Amino acid sequence: MLCLPWRALAANRQVRQGAGLSLLVIGLALAGPLLAPHGASELLGPVYGAPNTSAPLGYDYLGHDVLSRVLVGGWSVVWMALAAASLALLVGAGLGLLAGFSRGPLDRLIRWSADLSLAFPELILVLLVVSLLGREPWLIVLTVAFAFLPGMIRQTRASTQAVVEQEFIEVLRAMGLPRRHLLLREVLPNILTPMLVHFGSMLTWAIGILSGLSFLGYGVAPPAADWGLMISENQGGLVLQPWAVLVPALLIGVFAYASNMLAEGIGRVRAGVLEHTP
Amino acid sequence: MTPLRVQDLRVQLDSGKAVVADIHFALEAGEILGLVGESGSGKTTLATALLGHVRKGARISGGQVLVAGTDLLGLQGEALRQARGGVIAYIPQDPAMALNPALRILSQLQEILAAHAPQMSRAERQQRLRDTLQQVGLPDDQGFLKRFAHQLSGGQQQRVLLALAFILRPQVVVLDEPTTALDVTTQAHFLAALRQLCKTQGVAAVYVSHDLGVVESLADRVMVLYAGRVVECAETAQLFRQPQHPYSQRLLAAARLAARPLEDLSQQPLLLEVDELAVSYAGRRVVAGVNLHVRRGECLALVGASGSGKSSVSRALVGLAQEAAGRLRFAGAPLNLEVGARSSEQRRRIQYIFQNPLRALNTRHTVAQSLATPLRHFFGLRGAALRERIEQALTRVALPVALADAYPGSLSGGERQRVAIARALVCEPRLLICDEITSALDVSVQASILELLRGLQAEGMALVFVTHDLNVVRAIADRVVTLKAQ
Repeated sequence: MLCLPWRALAANRQVRQGAGLSLLVIGLALAGPLLAPHGASELLGPVYGAPNTSAPLGYDYLGHDVLSRVLVGGWSVVWMALAAASLALLVGAGLGLLAGFSRGPLDRLIRWSADLSLAFPELILVLLVVSLLGREPWLIVLTVAFAFLPGMIRQTRASTQAVVEQEFIEVLRAMGLPRRHLLLREVLPNILTPMLVHFGSMLTWAIGILSGLSFLGYGVAPPAADWGLMISENQGGLVLQPWAVLVPALLIGVFAYASNMLAEGIGRVRAGVLEHTP
Repeated sequence: MTPLRVQDLRVQLDSGKAVVADIHFALEAGEILGLVGESGSGKTTLATALLGHVRKGARISGGQVLVAGTDLLGLQGEALRQARGGVIAYIPQDPAMALNPALRILSQLQEILAAHAPQMSRAERQQRLRDTLQQVGLPDDQGFLKRFAHQLSGGQQQRVLLALAFILRPQVVVLDEPTTALDVTTQAHFLAALRQLCKTQGVAAVYVSHDLGVVESLADRVMVLYAGRVVECAETAQLFRQPQHPYSQRLLAAARLAARPLEDLSQQPLLLEVDELAVSYAGRRVVAGVNLHVRRGECLALVGASGSGKSSVSRALVGLAQEAAGRLRFAGAPLNLEVGARSSEQRRRIQYIFQNPLRALNTRHTVAQSLATPLRHFFGLRGAALRERIEQALTRVALPVALADAYPGSLSGGERQRVAIARALVCEPRLLICDEITSALDVSVQASILELLRGLQAEGMALVFVTHDLNVVRAIADRVVTLKAQ
């Protein structure tokens, strides 16, 4: 991990803002359950009740406290998005490295299966699996990660191939260094930044897909709180009590925007770094 | 009228540092000026400044470039565009990059006529096109003109660029190392065509090169550039016979490498024997029937035009060729064609140094990390012992120990090549295979690298030296094997 241009990253405004906003949302989701004044499923006030001093964001379609539900409901989308993107990163990068390095039948096999699954639209695939096998959170994470795999594999494979063609790899190969060393010590540091960029955009997509699933009713089950679910539950009262929809929508938007900005910033720093090395 | 007169030309960076300054010269019609100097001497900056162009971050801060009496630096917009190409043409270094890959050769030639000479009639254009193609030595049949750049050889591509420059009958052409990508034979033909064109059409030429051999055979006058200043400008014959300035003397001495004194190595034991080696690439046979041997302390040069399979042979020797056949023996024992099937000892004793020092090192590793990898792998060294060996290795290739913690990005080409050599040497090889390792380097750096290799050879190291530079061959090789494309 020392091989990342940390200083250049920290100097980039886009990276700083993206990282700051992401951490803010993640922090809110983490600390939210501790800060929530009420339970997420306690019925406390009138249906679509307006904001007052004890409930600054008002009440929702059943009379829950919106603030408490917002504070509690972030965790599911945050951990599921992070888990799905990380899982896709680890597995996809591993397979992509192997494919890019081996170039033989193994490469063809991995590429073919990646291309095949790429033909399946991500959201449809996830919907299909969820409607067939149920809405367990781990299953959703697994499916979303699986949907991301082909892109991750292709991306890692392409950047791996560009590095593997370079002569320093050939020299070390001629010295007989094991494949594990070449992949992890020589190739990986060179492709870490593009991988991080891809991780950022996968995170953005995961947030969108997971919130979308909840909104469609295939995500987190109703008594529990979840930002996507809240939008769906309270859409009927949008005119009466807009906060119950706007606040979770805003938070989802900020999280997706921040993760995207982070990815974009890393990408720009990388382009800049490359320009400066002759 | 004098086609080109340059007065007091100065190019400076935004920081105020002058990269090129105090340039004065004039060229007569048909005269060829060779502009020589090492990387970073400002050759290319000066060459493009003659067309009124500088790279980003720099500007032309003074002087005049009078082309046929008009100051090019005073022109703007359309007038400047018409002057470039029209009266002063430019031929860049890499023809493959300079030609539009999506346009046929004919379209590119017609395009330049349409842009600069719209008043010409169709018949006149046809005539001009045919004349120019004939002058640069290209066929003018439709079959050829319908081709794309990638369907031409390097020499043909460079001639197309020559045609593009000469089709408008300019007064001056500026050529920036146009033959770097060509092999010796193609280069000789190209230079003959260029000289012929300049002399018959009375075109003045500025020829930028770091290859003093080329300049000697081509130019009428030579200007030596050092740190953006002219150190010497003289008739070619005079400069090469009696350089006045100490820098010119050093540059020439480095280029004229002393021939290696011949010694009798026939009593030395055989180190490498190659019997009927053949290499294919994607099913196509690149080279076949290679028989050669190398004795201890001997340097065998492998020469041949580009595409003759030099690199394929050297890769097969180190075990990196994918489809190779034949028998190899190293130090008396059979040597497998697959590097994976060789013993660790064999892999250590045969080392390979690549052509391109930019790609030979992992840019994300420091010099020390790059050198540590083989030391850990072959000798299991750790900690202080490892560090000590790394420092020894750097000293051995005449690099300061302080460079150990530098990244390749901050090293010059010559320094990187030394690091690559050091990485090979820490393995304590007995056979070093060098693939064009000096072609990307300046003459003085090249001379010092060759000096280093000669020292190693005296210690009993055997070398297989792949090159297309006959000057280098003379300096280092005991025997020469010439490969011919099939």
